[in-house]
Amino acid sequence: MGSMWTAILTITLISLVAGLALSYAYRTLPSDSGELIEQVNELLPQTQCAQCGYPGCRPYAKAIVDGDATINLCPPGGDDTIRRLAGLLGNDILPLAEGPASGRAVAVIDESLCIGCTHCLGACPVDAIVGAQQLMHTIIEAECTGCELCVAPCPVDCISMKSLS
Amino acid sequence: MDFVRREAPYLAPKADVASMMLQVLVALIPAALAHVWYFGPGFLFNLIVASIVCVGAEALMMRARGRDPEIALADFSVLVTAALLAFALPSLTPWWVTATGSLFAVVVAKHLYGGLGFNVFNPAMAGYVVILVAFPMDMNLWVAPRMGDIDYIDLTVLQTLNYTLTGSLPEALTFDALSRATPLDAMQSGLRNMRTYAEIRTNPMMGDFGGRGWEWIGNLFAFGGFWLLIKKIIRWQIPAGVFAGLLIPAGLMYIIAPGSNASPGFHLFSGATILCAFFIATDPVSAATSPKGRFIYGCGIGFLIFAIRKWGSYADGVAFAVLMMNMATPAIDYITRPHIVGHLTRGDRS
Amino acid sequence: MSAPTYDLGKLHGGLRLQAHKKISTAKPIRHIPVPRQLILPITQHAGDPAQPIVSIGERVFKGQLIAEQEGSLGAPVHASSSGRVVAIEPWPVSRRYGDNAPCIVIECDGKDEAIGTADNLPGYETLAPRDLLSRILQGGIVGLGGAVFPTAQKLMQAMSCELEFLILNGVECEPYISCDDVLMREYAHEVIAGAQILLHALDLDLCYVVIESDKPVAIRRLGEVLAQLDDARIVLKQVPTIYPSGGEDQLVQLVTNREVPSGGLPTDVGCLVQNVGTAAAIHNWINNNQPLVSRITTVTGDGVARPMNVEARLGTTIADIIEVAGGYTDRAEQLIIGGPMTGKSVTSDRVPLVKATNCILVISKSPSVSAELPCIRCGDCAAVCPIQLLPQQLFWYACADDEAKMRSYGLTDCIECGCCDLVCPSHIPLTADFRTAKARIRELADEKARAARARLRFEARNERLEMEQTLRDEELAQQKESARKAGPDAIAEILKRKQEQDED
Repeated sequence: MGSMWTAILTITLISLVAGLALSYAYRTLPSDSGELIEQVNELLPQTQCAQCGYPGCRPYAKAIVDGDATINLCPPGGDDTIRRLAGLLGNDILPLAEGPASGRAVAVIDESLCIGCTHCLGACPVDAIVGAQQLMHTIIEAECTGCELCVAPCPVDCISMKSLS
Repeated sequence: MDFVRREAPYLAPKADVASMMLQVLVALIPAALAHVWYFGPGFLFNLIVASIVCVGAEALMMRARGRDPEIALADFSVLVTAALLAFALPSLTPWWVTATGSLFAVVVAKHLYGGLGFNVFNPAMAGYVVILVAFPMDMNLWVAPRMGDIDYIDLTVLQTLNYTLTGSLPEALTFDALSRATPLDAMQSGLRNMRTYAEIRTNPMMGDFGGRGWEWIGNLFAFGGFWLLIKKIIRWQIPAGVFAGLLIPAGLMYIIAPGSNASPGFHLFSGATILCAFFIATDPVSAATSPKGRFIYGCGIGFLIFAIRKWGSYADGVAFAVLMMNMATPAIDYITRPHIVGHLTRGDRS
Repeated sequence: MSAPTYDLGKLHGGLRLQAHKKISTAKPIRHIPVPRQLILPITQHAGDPAQPIVSIGERVFKGQLIAEQEGSLGAPVHASSSGRVVAIEPWPVSRRYGDNAPCIVIECDGKDEAIGTADNLPGYETLAPRDLLSRILQGGIVGLGGAVFPTAQKLMQAMSCELEFLILNGVECEPYISCDDVLMREYAHEVIAGAQILLHALDLDLCYVVIESDKPVAIRRLGEVLAQLDDARIVLKQVPTIYPSGGEDQLVQLVTNREVPSGGLPTDVGCLVQNVGTAAAIHNWINNNQPLVSRITTVTGDGVARPMNVEARLGTTIADIIEVAGGYTDRAEQLIIGGPMTGKSVTSDRVPLVKATNCILVISKSPSVSAELPCIRCGDCAAVCPIQLLPQQLFWYACADDEAKMRSYGLTDCIECGCCDLVCPSHIPLTADFRTAKARIRELADEKARAARARLRFEARNERLEMEQTLRDEELAQQKESARKAGPDAIAEILKRKQEQDED
């Protein structure tokens, strides 16, 4: 009887120690974070919309890897991106922090209202708006990521979002 | 004229899970009859208890999981589990032992993993192992087979039923008087006590190959198994693997040291070898799924059976062998992916 | 035959299916007269739609070009009979995606006058291969095995590869379909003549005509024609009757024991495959000046009163054809264009016969099977897959939406033959699930490509802004430098000028 209890205690002790050691190592040992940032960035939708609070997808990726940001801050990525990030990093799946996941949408300029002020040209993070001072502006639909950064700067409110889904 | 739109293909599939399971049950019938002939009606009572508990447990678990019990019960898979469990038990088994095994098999090993198609471990074997460890005394009460020339104690049906329900033997009998070692038991303890194989074989309970009675049951399992092979219910890789994995090491050891090892023929016709090869290991859900993987899986089981019989403390290692190879299945599947036509390397690794 | 013998390969898996072909091959081909109206879709081929060159009200002749090829992949469309163009408008067609497509509707005048004759045609041997190819293109010839790939472009691609031989596909492995069988029985000469034209066009001297062993009459007929012609370049080969041996890649594997590389073509391993119907169509056009305006189609199934093979003009509606075949029986519940394994189910019989229509199958609905059970990993699907995939694992990963694993296990190589569906004891609709999964993979690949493009543009924009900033800084520094060099007097001068400006 005594030897049985000894055996049980020994095994339990070994498992406890090993488990603690492993989780400590996982949390504190430095990983190859440069490559990891690249991998996280690959999973983000690249709309560069700054809705997560960071000026672009790569800064957000860096913040995630550094532990400064949670993985559920990206509305254009939606639940799919959260799930993939959770899978890559071993984190828990969290619900999207703010608002519903935005389906794919593109911005459209109402040409009858456009005054050619170029305010929106500079706002687009992927240079998807074509135009010049005093000339008609238009959005290249194929390149628009739906980030909505151009909507606010327009002084005549001529830009609206058209859903593609 | 207007028509409905469906997706291709438009022919109905011929195979059916329910009919597959029924054919497995039918293949077990000859061996079941032999079991009753040699060891008495206890097997039937065990089968009834196991079936009732299995079916009931499955219905309850489906309800608990918020699904319609009809879906699970209609495919008869739980009856196969009950039958395999009943074959593994001694014929004199109290009902609570059988019930515990069935409950564990269906509730934990099958439904807590997700039900049919999702269980990692063979449910019958998982249930058997639990009661083997939890009720060691009851699981070792094996009776002598009915053979004219040795002292066979013929319990009546009522006496057997009484034991199944209450666990108590009739007045004049004691456990010691009733129970006998199984042939595998006798072989293992005999060899460990340095008696030779030939000596042990003179024991009257040994038959022509394996144990008396047991070898006939084994034969009938084999008939059923070959019938399943012909009907393409099971494929040849797993039985072939089990036999190869068991008989080749056994044969080698027997050639090297014939006095201190059991012959491959003995291994083949004793215990649950043939039952395992054709019925237990071939459970498709918990086995490997690629053709090569199945053979390796079978070989692993065969070798583990041999290892446990030779060096382990249990007389028959089938259940443990199967469970251990169930653990290895995902790895086996990953390693044995077949070559995809048109790909240059043997399957792409990612 | 002095032709070298190539190792016959072996197809993995496949199924021996009940053929159901005798019901439609018992009678000879029935030639359907020209209907009152012909509906000709401008896209009867893989590639860009052809452009109509006729206007409403215009009179056309049989064989007249009515829609021109457009884009680098396409084929022209010809009028199937003489009459008047009454409309160019959307009509229901039998395509998989989208139900209505633009069609040219011709009201037939019953005279069936052809536009050209077969007189004074140059013999094909006199034409250079390039010229022969452009002539084939003008005939509207496309692959008549069902894929309707424009034949001229296929031959053009083949000419840029190192070919060893031509394969004529007379296998026709799918149940119910028998149009190629009866074509080979009644038009064996045309098929072989087409093979000869192709050999000339590709500058090859070996052609295998491959037939399944369940077509003894066709084999005999072709053998007779070959014996007559005594052309040692053309060899008859029999293969066992297993579905899906007739798939292009599977046929190459059977005949030559070579695997067509994933994502590649048979020309990558030195063969070119053409359907026997395509060969016959090439002969009719090149040697007899008849463009592709009709085809042989099997009308069969227990929903049709008199199953048979018909030769009908392209543009005849399915309803008209079924009427000739005795009309519907009371078991007519599903209308399928194509075979029972890979065909397309259509809702209306007003769709026209097009170049791709090799079979009109009317059957009762499959008996309602029991509910779909979980996969029990029996592995029967893997045993029958001709590509040696593991459908049970693909199904697992498709349910998990795991794109990387699906690719790794070869989902994109699935030919959607349907064999795995038929053997699954859990009745899982594997083929339909894989179709959806492939679309999903494509969607994910699209998203990735879009994201990559957006990221490139973002980085380019950042670079541009940085560059502009740097330039501005340099300019500013330069101005400061020149101002400093100019001396304090110049600065005072500038300040005074500025003051005067402000006062104005």
